[in-house]
Amino acid sequence: MAVRYLGAEVQRMEDPRLLTGHGRYVDDITMEDILHAAFLRAPMAHAKIRSIDGSRAAALPGVHRVITHGDLGEKYSHRMNQLYPAPVIDQNKTQYPLAKDEVCYVGEAVAIVVADSRAIAEDALALVDVDYEVLPAVVDVMTALEDDAPLAHADTKSNLMGQMRSSFGDISDSFAKADHVFSAAFMQHRGGCHSMETRGVIARDDPWGDGLTLWTSAQSPYLIRRALATWLGESEERVRVIAPDVGGGFGPKAGFYPEEAAISLAARILQRPVKWIEDRREHFVSTTTQRDQHWDLEVACTSQGKILGLRGKVTHENGAYIPYGILLPNSSLTPLPGAYSIPAIDVTVDIVFTNTVPNSPVRGAGRPCGIYAVERMVQVVSRELGIDPAEVRRRNYVRPDQMPYETGAKLRGGDPCIYDSGDYEALLDKVLELSDYNGFKERQVAARAEGRYLGIGVSSCIEDTGMGPYEGTTVRVESSGKVAVRTGAASQGQGHHTMIAMIVAENLGVKPEDIMFESADTAKFSHGVGTIGSRVAANVGPSAHDAAFQVREKALKLAAEVLEASEADLDIEGGVVRVNGAPDVSISLGELAVQLTPMSAMRVPTGFDPVLEATSFDGSSGSPIACGSNVAEVEVDPGTGEVKILRYSVAHDCGVMINPMVVHGQIVGGVVHGIGNALFERMIYDDQGQPLTTNYGEYLLPLATEMPRVDVTHMETPSPLNSLGVKGAGEGGTIPAAAAIVAAIENALAEFNVEIDYYPVDPQMLTELIDAGAAQAAE
Amino acid sequence: MADTRDIELTVNGESRTARVETRTNLGDFLRHGLNLTGTHMGCEHGVCGACTVMVDGEAVRSCLMLAVQANGHEVTTVEGLAEDDGTLSALQEAFWKHHGLQCGFCTPGMLTSLSAFLRDNPDPSERDVREAISGNICRCTGYQGIVDAALDAAKAMQKGS
Repeated sequence: MAVRYLGAEVQRMEDPRLLTGHGRYVDDITMEDILHAAFLRAPMAHAKIRSIDGSRAAALPGVHRVITHGDLGEKYSHRMNQLYPAPVIDQNKTQYPLAKDEVCYVGEAVAIVVADSRAIAEDALALVDVDYEVLPAVVDVMTALEDDAPLAHADTKSNLMGQMRSSFGDISDSFAKADHVFSAAFMQHRGGCHSMETRGVIARDDPWGDGLTLWTSAQSPYLIRRALATWLGESEERVRVIAPDVGGGFGPKAGFYPEEAAISLAARILQRPVKWIEDRREHFVSTTTQRDQHWDLEVACTSQGKILGLRGKVTHENGAYIPYGILLPNSSLTPLPGAYSIPAIDVTVDIVFTNTVPNSPVRGAGRPCGIYAVERMVQVVSRELGIDPAEVRRRNYVRPDQMPYETGAKLRGGDPCIYDSGDYEALLDKVLELSDYNGFKERQVAARAEGRYLGIGVSSCIEDTGMGPYEGTTVRVESSGKVAVRTGAASQGQGHHTMIAMIVAENLGVKPEDIMFESADTAKFSHGVGTIGSRVAANVGPSAHDAAFQVREKALKLAAEVLEASEADLDIEGGVVRVNGAPDVSISLGELAVQLTPMSAMRVPTGFDPVLEATSFDGSSGSPIACGSNVAEVEVDPGTGEVKILRYSVAHDCGVMINPMVVHGQIVGGVVHGIGNALFERMIYDDQGQPLTTNYGEYLLPLATEMPRVDVTHMETPSPLNSLGVKGAGEGGTIPAAAAIVAAIENALAEFNVEIDYYPVDPQMLTELIDAGAAQAAE
Repeated sequence: MADTRDIELTVNGESRTARVETRTNLGDFLRHGLNLTGTHMGCEHGVCGACTVMVDGEAVRSCLMLAVQANGHEVTTVEGLAEDDGTLSALQEAFWKHHGLQCGFCTPGMLTSLSAFLRDNPDPSERDVREAISGNICRCTGYQGIVDAALDAAKAMQKGS
């Protein structure tokens, strides 16, 4: 029997390199003749560019070139392509790599200075003279659609980019027969990327050799290759994109950015490699963020708390451009109805332009917003009917006997959203036990006697993971016996190397340390999609499994001939094929590989293709639906509005776990991102569109001192949709977190009648709500 | 012309001399002047802690210190934490064992900050460890693996000493 790796807590193979300072991130790469670029960015949210004069900057010693839109030439004068076209996009606006004659958000790239050093390039930015005519800016998403609102672009007919809708079931009937209809409106604000590594690009253009090569801190090298080649009007074969070590991605590194196009052209114009490393302020103003989404909902339910329908309207702020299609509003709607069996839903989304940095998914994309919305409405039902929040959930869950359960919603590709497996009530029971939910009342009363305010909040979620169509893997045994494994999927810290090595090692019968893993280089694997939406384990996992299995079959077939044994009697362990019961008879995989890769004039064994290699694109036959239930226990100081998270408990089910240690890390990290959304992270603009939070003193990220210990327990309900039974795990921690925390805060402050209609919840907001509640009670 | 100075310092036990621009910060000098790219620049304004190195044994943000200020001092970077034969330090081992890193970008700063902290605080509580890394931001792990690693390393170091 082969050695089992799947399900074991295998320490990551990436780590020794990263722990000793030998990672290789974009800024660690250098090359002869490299030049350094800095971007001049728009200082106001909306303006016409009357003229740009780079002559003073170009005269600074060490500056090689100042490049503006006008310098790019006719061939490169067009806007960037829409990455995800969709019919509901009524007004498609993507940007130019360098602004042409209008800037639409603070931070939009206007010019590049290329110099001997980054410092000189940055010095020269101050010497580029731009004559702007300031135009009115639209900033507040809630007033952007009013008739007299300024337009985000000079040539759009309104600030409505498009509309979309998720509608299923008989919504009128649901509301007509309901015992109760309750409503709630709330704003959800999610922050930005804030990977600890900012973005960065190196471009090298070698027209007579390799073509254009881009090293970029990105999640989707193949998307960038296609987008860049399309934009340049060239063959994808002449564009190579490499994502080296990437210091965190979280969504905003999954797109194709103006800087990637602009730096490529700078390298082409100068015929020298050009590097650009984003600084942190640029990250705040030019890396896409998620930001505001307003929900206005009604829920129809019975007097027993059974939810019959949900309807309403969402206003989604998309920033100044739509680089990323409708991925975000779409993924906000897909998770409705959450973990619950709700027969009818009708929700529309207005997608709105504002003069702020364009919008993209951040960890979870729209799923945290959609789930928050459902969970808030469950909370409203619980509060209005006086039924325990856990009990309301219990009465509404999709039950295992309803699986596969087709919700009525659509996945991003248009396929129906079908819950494949899971036991949501059992998961709830597990988290209630883990959090000692039943003992909470006692803790709350005891604390109150000491003048302390404790609260508890529950939330449940589903997560559509593993979106297709594929993410392939090649497995090849070389003559040394080492195994080359290649995939397109870029890693930003998820531990792909270890996960894939475990799968290949177990299926092929080799040691994980004999696996030479490479990924995210478009020259080394033919095609890939990207590391987004918790999709890699459910796509690369099955393809690695299948490719390894094919190589195993081929090796066993050849070994049977060479060893004159029956295939059924053979096994592979430690890279050696042995005959059961005859320990001295063996051949290594390396020797078999040599037989399949003969040199000149030798023969490939009859009946075999050359090379001990296989490529597979096996994936998941649908979207595996992961699920989770969380309980947050908080203490709120009504005097200061400070919220302390005392306990945070998670029960999570992502199907079969390949490496539980890695899954645990994903869940805990994801929860902390969700806590950041709930309590800290706020990207603020003033009414002129000036960003007010552009450093880590002003924009708060979760710190070790504020974070609780997160207790995690797992269920493993295999997905029937792929060969490994796996589901994605990357975002399941983030998705339900804000709902649990906000509910817990309200619970702690119940005697002040605090109802929260905005997150992140900050101390000032809470003290105002507490004061208002206390004043109301006194009347 | 850029204003430069000649400096002499010890980096990871090795004596180094260099001519540096006076405005170059220590982190950029280590990375681009000495090709020690293990030190990472995360925010360049002194908050995220990714660029932390040890100067004369104290944890210092190398984006807030000029290279010229390191003249005559001893600097230890993440490249200098393992034994000469490549054996990981107890803290590095513990980070590996407890999944204390994901993308690895904040890791050098975490390791240098905690190396200095554990030397001075051999028996810390969880709260102490969390305070010690409150100036280091990690976006991936939620800090739990890092805290567990530091506590475990403290125990291992006590046993070893």
